[in-house]
Amino acid sequence: MEAYTSILLFLQVIAMLGTHVLFATLGGILCEKAGNLNLGLEGLMLLGASFSFYVALNFGNPWLALAAGCLASLAGSLIYAFLTISLRTNQVVTGLALTIFGTGVSSMLGKTMAGVSLPAQITATFGARSLPLLSKIPLLGPVLFQQSPFVPAAVATAILIYLFYTRTNIGLNTRIIGENPGAADASGINVTRYKYFNVLAGGLLCGVGGVYLSCVYAGIWQNELTAGAGWIAVAMVIFSIWNPLRAIAGAYLFGAVRGIGFKFQGGIPFLGMKLMVNAQILDMLPYITTILVLLFINLRKKKEYNPPASLGNSYFREDR
Amino acid sequence: MTADSYADKQAYVRMEGICKAFGVVQANRNVGLEVCQGEIHAILGENGSGKSTLMNMLTGIYTPDAGRIWVGGQNVQFASPKDAIDHGVGMVHQHFKLVDVLTVKENIIAGSSANFILKNKNISREIRETCSRFGLDVGLNLDKKIYQLSVGEKQRVEIIKMLFRGAKVLILDEPTAVLTPQETAELFTILKRMRQQNCAIIIITHKLHEVMEISDRVTILRRGEYIATVDTAATNAQALTEMMVGRAIDMDIRRQPAQLSAEPVMEVKGLRALGQHGVESLKGVDFTIYGGEILGVAGIAGSGQKEICEIIAGLAKASSGSVVFQGEEILGLSPIDILRKGISMSFVPEDRLGMGLVAGMDIISNVMLRSFQKKKGLFLDRAFGKKKAEDIVKRFEVSTPSVRHVLKKLSGGNIQKVLLGREVDLEPALLITAYPVRGLDIGASYHVYHVLNQQKEAGVAVLFIGEDLDVLLQICDRLMVIHDGQVMDILDPAKVTKEDVGLLMLGHKGESPAAADSKQEEVPSV
Ligand SMILES: Nc1ncnc2c1ncn2[C@@H]1O[C@H](COP(=O)(O)OP(=O)(O)O)[C@@H](O)[C@H]1O
Ligand SMILES: [Mg+2]
Repeated sequence: MEAYTSILLFLQVIAMLGTHVLFATLGGILCEKAGNLNLGLEGLMLLGASFSFYVALNFGNPWLALAAGCLASLAGSLIYAFLTISLRTNQVVTGLALTIFGTGVSSMLGKTMAGVSLPAQITATFGARSLPLLSKIPLLGPVLFQQSPFVPAAVATAILIYLFYTRTNIGLNTRIIGENPGAADASGINVTRYKYFNVLAGGLLCGVGGVYLSCVYAGIWQNELTAGAGWIAVAMVIFSIWNPLRAIAGAYLFGAVRGIGFKFQGGIPFLGMKLMVNAQILDMLPYITTILVLLFINLRKKKEYNPPASLGNSYFREDR
Repeated sequence: MTADSYADKQAYVRMEGICKAFGVVQANRNVGLEVCQGEIHAILGENGSGKSTLMNMLTGIYTPDAGRIWVGGQNVQFASPKDAIDHGVGMVHQHFKLVDVLTVKENIIAGSSANFILKNKNISREIRETCSRFGLDVGLNLDKKIYQLSVGEKQRVEIIKMLFRGAKVLILDEPTAVLTPQETAELFTILKRMRQQNCAIIIITHKLHEVMEISDRVTILRRGEYIATVDTAATNAQALTEMMVGRAIDMDIRRQPAQLSAEPVMEVKGLRALGQHGVESLKGVDFTIYGGEILGVAGIAGSGQKEICEIIAGLAKASSGSVVFQGEEILGLSPIDILRKGISMSFVPEDRLGMGLVAGMDIISNVMLRSFQKKKGLFLDRAFGKKKAEDIVKRFEVSTPSVRHVLKKLSGGNIQKVLLGREVDLEPALLITAYPVRGLDIGASYHVYHVLNQQKEAGVAVLFIGEDLDVLLQICDRLMVIHDGQVMDILDPAKVTKEDVGLLMLGHKGESPAAADSKQEEVPSV
């Protein structure tokens, strides 16, 4: 029984630690499915995190904070969308610029917020709570539904996106754009409109991830709060082979490695002794895992595992 | 139907005074076109004469600089392909617009504003209903992925897709360039059925016998300009060619007797190779080629042509066997070493952008890609490359505004000329050329044959992998027939008929010519 409880506890921690990465990974998938490589995920998360935290501190209203985070990341992705889709700039460069921009803005905004804790209303609304009925489900209940509502929301979003791509007409159209925008266009699909929609929706999800990170998980502001989670998400998009359901696995794997790192901060019990491990090495674990995972992903060769064929290309109808 | 009856009929599609320029290239200048319902209308013109451009304007992909378009009596201005689809205009493009990793079904319903939720069963039924309305057999598993299909099947998907979208005008851009004769025959049956259903069909093809066989009328373009529209029944191949090229062209392939070199240039022995999925693609290929001859290779597509080419050029691995070039084993050498020894290859794959070309670079760079290795030193000699490129452009009559033009902006035929030109320019001892006239217009094709003959007369060993049996029989000194990764026989073209070759290609060995006669109808070409 005790083992079960401690496993439950660990799973809860995993879900908690993986949720912001899950949101950002889903955001990345949305962009990339429509053929837009977005390296600005990190910047978008930081925009969402900082603006929501700022509003939370100054207005104390959780919904206003959420809205501010979403709007900030939407604005960021609108810039990116306009540049890459309408002006057909290079997606890699534009995405990197977006990250630099988001990081800078969040640092500037964060100057006044360092070290201040969130008002109680925020934690009351966004903090852990047991959802009726759902929290009674064995295993799943405690892991997902006795947490911040953001945690189950991320999983639900993943499932919805999956259904969107596999079961709906517009999901199919989106996939066609990512694979071959020329074919989509010739079939009468409005490439520009779909791309905008996907990039903006993806940006929004990154923003929500950021809001979760600052207003729920951390609860306190710190410069560059994401600590590279946006970059991890870029890798997780590949790990998930653009499948939102696998993104859950990817993000939670990240959570698990982080969790292990935290657990062994006080040393690893070994033959009755405690092996002390350098904290920096433990902090590196998630990133090292990501690199290893990407290496293994590259070993799989199957057509369906390839990125959307037109990923990273701008589309102009009259081009050859 | 006669010319009069078309003049009387109301044209369903009408284009008038169409102009379109891409930068300095005037692709269409004041072009007109009229097509009626229940008509198959062929468009004929050399490579780069603006046929695809004209059709792309009819489907809303390009916007005309000037001119007017009517469809079904209505003056239209298409802002996007969607507008064209809404007016019942559908096009099967030269390069298929399909998504490889999606299923046939998904590709067909792409963009059709069906229900929000995909209903798999209903969709399959609707697709089958559409097809049966046109008396067309789907003949495909709708749940197969596109990358599992043959070229002919992919094309069928494109056609079904257009019918599914309710196309009343169907445009096909060089649909037969990559089809086998059987697939072409099937396509024509479909087109004839659609004609019965009162569709207006526009077909672009370079093969004159196809124009004569399938079309009711022909419109000829030359260098972006409208030349004439004639009734197919009232014209012939010679007249069409003259209108197209603007002068009479020599459609004769002269074969000089081969002056064989004393020593063989290359000897291939017992060549075996594994193809995809671990199936043996070459099952022991033996042949010898001498300088000063053209050795033709005939075979059904996928019989091992590609593997032979790639192994000799060092791009693929053989599992066993030997390739001795000028007395030296070359199996296992790197492509660059093989190139240095004097083997050139120009391979034109099905998607037509020749192997070994970089689409986004200009002609100079593409030419230098092969020849820069002959030069020493750290820096590129662009002046040298420019001179070579200009040379090739002139010798091969590549139509391009300049040698600085990006390759992918040229029309397909001109890209192929650059490829062949570059390889010939290296003055190889062995020239391998596969499908060099794929999609080329007549003038250009004969130009290529002429070049191959010149090479042979200059003592080069030419290995020519071809598609058209008539041509192979005319140009080759010896003809090797392959089937399923094996050499069936090496024939003297003067002593065999097309039918003999066809039977060998199908794997019927040692059957008498009498047997050949009775099986004539199943004789294939490549
Ligand atoms: N999208 C494009 N961009 C630049 N040049 C083009 C484009 N499309 C066609 N061209 C040029 O216009 C001319 C006509 O090409 P095209 O219509 O493809 O010829 P055809 O189909 O008759 O072989 C060619 O010189 C080609 O290089
Ligand atoms: Mg064309």
